[in-house]
Amino acid sequence: MVMTTPFHERLAPLNETHLWSHWSGYLSAVKYQMADKFEYFAIRNAAGLIDTSPLYKYRISGRDAAKFLGAVLARDIGACRDGQAQYTLWCDERGYVVEDGVVIRFAADDFILTSAEPNLAYFQKLVGYDQVEITDVSADYGSLAVQGPRSRDILAGLDPQIATLGFFHHTPAKIGNVPVHVSRTGYTGDLGYEIWVGADGAVEMWDALSEACVGQGVLPVGQSALLMTRIEAGLVLIGVDFHSSRFAFNDYECSTPLELGFAWMFRDLASSTRRFIGRAAIEREIADKSSRWKMVGLMVDWREWDRHFGEAGLIPPKDETPVVYEMMLYDDDGARVGYTTSFMYSPMLQRHIAMARVQPQLAAAGSKVNLELTINHRYHTVAAEVRRPPLFNPARKTA
Amino acid sequence: MTSHRSYDAIVIGGGHNGLVNGAYLAKSGLRTLIIERRPIVGGAAITEELIPGFHFTTFSYALSLLRPDIIHELELTNHGFMPIQMPSMFAPMEDGDYLLMGTDRNTNLKEIARHSKHDADAMDQYEYDMAQVCQALKPLVDAAPPNIFGNDPEDALQLADLARRLKSLPSRVLQNCIRLLTGSSADFLDDYFESDILKGWLASSSIIGSKVGPRSQGSGLVLLFHNLGEHDGHFGSWAFHKGGNGGFTQVLARAAQAFGAEIVVDTPVSHVITSNGRVTGVALGDGTELKAKVVVSSLDPRRTFTQLVDPAELPSELNDSIRRFRFQGTSAKVNFALDDAPRYPTLGDRTDQYRGFTNIGPSMDYLERAYDDAKYGWYSKRPYIDACIQSLVDPDMAPPGKHVMSCFIQYAPYHLKGSDWDTERQAFGDTVQATLESFFPGFSDLVLHREVVTPLDIERVVGLSEGNIFAGEFLAPQMYFFRPAPGWNQYRTPIDGYYQCGSGTHPGGCVSGGPGKLASQQIIRDLARKG
Repeated sequence: MVMTTPFHERLAPLNETHLWSHWSGYLSAVKYQMADKFEYFAIRNAAGLIDTSPLYKYRISGRDAAKFLGAVLARDIGACRDGQAQYTLWCDERGYVVEDGVVIRFAADDFILTSAEPNLAYFQKLVGYDQVEITDVSADYGSLAVQGPRSRDILAGLDPQIATLGFFHHTPAKIGNVPVHVSRTGYTGDLGYEIWVGADGAVEMWDALSEACVGQGVLPVGQSALLMTRIEAGLVLIGVDFHSSRFAFNDYECSTPLELGFAWMFRDLASSTRRFIGRAAIEREIADKSSRWKMVGLMVDWREWDRHFGEAGLIPPKDETPVVYEMMLYDDDGARVGYTTSFMYSPMLQRHIAMARVQPQLAAAGSKVNLELTINHRYHTVAAEVRRPPLFNPARKTA
Repeated sequence: MTSHRSYDAIVIGGGHNGLVNGAYLAKSGLRTLIIERRPIVGGAAITEELIPGFHFTTFSYALSLLRPDIIHELELTNHGFMPIQMPSMFAPMEDGDYLLMGTDRNTNLKEIARHSKHDADAMDQYEYDMAQVCQALKPLVDAAPPNIFGNDPEDALQLADLARRLKSLPSRVLQNCIRLLTGSSADFLDDYFESDILKGWLASSSIIGSKVGPRSQGSGLVLLFHNLGEHDGHFGSWAFHKGGNGGFTQVLARAAQAFGAEIVVDTPVSHVITSNGRVTGVALGDGTELKAKVVVSSLDPRRTFTQLVDPAELPSELNDSIRRFRFQGTSAKVNFALDDAPRYPTLGDRTDQYRGFTNIGPSMDYLERAYDDAKYGWYSKRPYIDACIQSLVDPDMAPPGKHVMSCFIQYAPYHLKGSDWDTERQAFGDTVQATLESFFPGFSDLVLHREVVTPLDIERVVGLSEGNIFAGEFLAPQMYFFRPAPGWNQYRTPIDGYYQCGSGTHPGGCVSGGPGKLASQQIIRDLARKG
């Protein structure tokens, strides 16, 4: 039976569309407003409230917690201090990505790690230390993302210490009378925060937050708008932009961190002896330059897009919500050089954009590829330019 | 103070077309100066903080006609371009009912069916037919029209291409084009619909900015023009720009500057300096003379041809055409700062219906009666009102919980019979407010501040002759081949190096930027020809 999140009793009446999807076994609004782009603009123009409670949350605690995470996570957990959080990955021994998530460090012996998929048995199997306890606390907390340019002022009005919270930092705070934890993290590529609250206090916290949002242009935001913003932000999604190597039937279904654009996580390897699952394979990949792909952003040539549809007698469509199938990429000689993993029309950039994988020689910004699509049941290719993600990256995100 | 005394190109007027024109000229490598008389650029597309925290879109207030290629070519998204979707359109009725349209087709059809099941089905057909007409005519909007009165073989080729294009259209599409270009919106809409509220809403687009009623021949053209606008590929769809239309022109200014254009404000131009039939520069109000081989006027045709240059330098036929060019502004604005959003009794405490246009024009009869007053030289006793509470879409427009409400009003004829606008300003404002009060009881109690902008104010402040918001009426004899005058529809003037790029040129008014862009292409082509 599908479950509801701790915020559901407040969110359900707000869902004008009655469109719900299922996210990890929970009801999750597709969109609240009848209008298709209004929630998206709330994030870019004011702030959006996104119920992310269905995320899996694991508490990793004990004297050896940091050692355990250091051995499992590909990014150096040693660089994550108390009060900080990290976007991170975990890989298999072949250097393929298992999954990604955000790890929050409360203390050297106390962390929370989020993930989109269940990982408890997987992590427990990897524990080689005595003093580590991994607990699935997913249902104990609600999480609510507050994302958009107004998020800081709204939250700082509720608890002033949030005003100075740095990018990927977190702090205990109070919203109304409810103790919460606030991290400056999110999945929209904008200025934004996530509030972690005990499930029992979620509704009370929501009410206090809602009151602070009155007159601020804030809207509850469903998955549809969230998935648009995450593509603009160049943030990968499991099951779409990559797949877990745990369940891959062949190597085509696997990705390395370098192929996903995370080479920056390994800049320390030359000077560090930290050991983690997949290190040897990743070092080999770096040394041999053996990555098959590079994750890039694409900006589709608007003139060609309009021309192809115009010549076909059609009004060029400019409202694609994210499409989940792969679109092939070719070079000018017609050789296949990559594929898109996420494709959409960006209202902020006024262009069709994509997250894509291209062969490494085409990964430099400014490279040209040709995107295949069908118009009137025939294949056409439209030029696209390679850009370094994120395609939308406002200064306020980290400021 | 300008940084130089000599420029390749000087653009007179920093409205949206002047900015677009200057940006393209600068992008092409010309040392370009844009001169604005007022303290801010934007022309009629400005946002002003009249009282602290309340940002008024004094004149122009929404975006749709902006040519999409300009967004890309001027890289506006790098400078803060942000057209926020209008999620709804609310049309209150005099009996307390309403029409509330959104972006979801099926919900809209059900809403229309509340008023007429017939019309719900007809709506799809209407939108399809209109989209086909818009698709057919869009290429004409986005290219300079041929000069059918000249001898340039290129014009003959372009004309042949136009004929070929029209001939290739399905007969129904072509006939619809002609019906809209020449007929009344009432005739066109009556073919599809029976519901007063639906027709009142749709016909409202056929009168905006124009001295026509829905039953006047020519209102079809105004309807068509407004439907040619688009937002994210949807014809007839509108957006609010972040920060209002003044926010948009600030984006244009930043883009122009990024391409190297220099912008000076608070700098009136006295006149254009010519020598032997060619332009040599401009004289500023303080007597300073700046040299330029190209001078572009973004002002309206009357000012371009009668005030900036000496008409004696122009052919008398052109002078006569400009004299006959109709302005006759009939639009006004009344803008409010509100303590709260108004309430519509039938909808209780809801306010989300105001996130797009609120259209007070519940039937074609209502609109036509409003026009009747204007025909005889007075403002409408029950005016048509296009209201927008932009602060519900962009919270930065007003303090939290408070609102700004922009109201576009028709009809308000520039020439009042037996009085003048300075005398009638507040009485007119009261008429508008009373109309709003009749739809939204308690409205007046919410008013914190009221700004009345008459056609005379539009003329005085922005410089648009007779307050015509399109810099010249959208009448068939003033469009395309004839805008602003036969033989001078390609942005040139009889004075070598002197160009026009305002809304008085093709494709016309609204915040389209089309005239500014197309003029820049002509200038760049002419300069290349001259070497």
